[in-house]
Amino acid sequence: MADNRTVTSEFFRGITKDNPTLGLVLGLCPTLAVTTSVENGIGMAAGTMFVLVGSNMLVSLMRKEIPDSVRIPIELIVIATFVSIVDMVMEAFTPDIYASLGVYIPLIVVNCIVIGRAEAYALKNGVFYSIIDGLGVGTGFLLMLMLIGGVREVLGTGGIDLFGIQLFDLTSIFGYNPIGVMTLSPGAFLTIAVLMTIANYRKILKAMKGD
Amino acid sequence: MASDASLFAVFMDGVFLKNFLIVQFLGLCSFVGVTKDVKSASGMSGAVIFVITMSSVVSYFLYTYILLPLRLEYLNTIAFIIVIAALVQLVEFIVRKFMPPLYRSLGIYLPLISTNCAVLGAVLLNVMNEYDFSQSVVFGIAAGLGYTVAMLIMSSIREWSNVVYVPKAVGRGVTYAFFIAFVMSMSFANYFKVIPI
Repeated sequence: MADNRTVTSEFFRGITKDNPTLGLVLGLCPTLAVTTSVENGIGMAAGTMFVLVGSNMLVSLMRKEIPDSVRIPIELIVIATFVSIVDMVMEAFTPDIYASLGVYIPLIVVNCIVIGRAEAYALKNGVFYSIIDGLGVGTGFLLMLMLIGGVREVLGTGGIDLFGIQLFDLTSIFGYNPIGVMTLSPGAFLTIAVLMTIANYRKILKAMKGD
Repeated sequence: MASDASLFAVFMDGVFLKNFLIVQFLGLCSFVGVTKDVKSASGMSGAVIFVITMSSVVSYFLYTYILLPLRLEYLNTIAFIIVIAALVQLVEFIVRKFMPPLYRSLGIYLPLISTNCAVLGAVLLNVMNEYDFSQSVVFGIAAGLGYTVAMLIMSSIREWSNVVYVPKAVGRGVTYAFFIAFVMSMSFANYFKVIPI
């Protein structure tokens, strides 16, 4: 590992180069399943970020003790513990979001991002940078979920409803006719496909400029 | 207490209405990762059917006879993930011993079944829907079959479309798979809603 890393560079790497959705292409199930609205996306990403930071921290602390052959079961148990905490906390304090996220909260356990970061980063790096990495990747995930959730909610319902406050409503201003299918599964696939195409297109443009 | 859905309804739910890949977005990593050709997609599907069915059976007994009497329901996520990880290890041994070519083509995805949301999702949905034993097993098999249907459709389309033109920004990787999934999910959403159950 290079020594010229800084806190900010490690943090922003999680948003740009190691962005969970567009860079690493990990954790797709929750990315598509819970992004019917911005609010659900924020709830899901907050839970995932807590698990990411917690498991990165604990795995990094134990990295010298974990035998290589059983590291995956150990990581899974560490992650499952933090997910159980999130599960109970969200059920107690945010019952509405908990109800709409449903089975996807316990499924954070098998979110490839969490185990991917534990494998690729926390096992090889110190505690401090592992926490920063968890925060960075978690923030990247949050931004992606808010973006996808925003696109789907605006196109699918015509406005954005955030924690009981309606931010704006296109249906009453422009007479916009909501495309209901955007909040169903086809909308999720279409949104992420278009976003990835844009990201690929930018990469191609950049490569052409470099030549 | 228990859900009173008929076995047929549970089965149709698992295969079509609540298709894990297309409708519930469970197990997408393998859906876009191992569907480049039909052969590895079908191998992966076989492994998933087996693991989902087995873990539905084992986790039903674990939940009903150990976790519930001891009032340890809150540990279910941890308990299930351990069961699944052990089962996946078993499948890996079997496939490596008896089907080495399949083992090579599945590559990294076989151990990753343990982190495949489809398996844990099926087990957790069994508990959430309060399915009894036969319903749990049928739902497990149906979920595996639904997974297989979607994987086979996707991999056939991708294999065939190696000869057609695709824009460079879409490529033939994940992005392309998501566009196919978009079209597939449109048909799933519309056709199977009209079947009365």
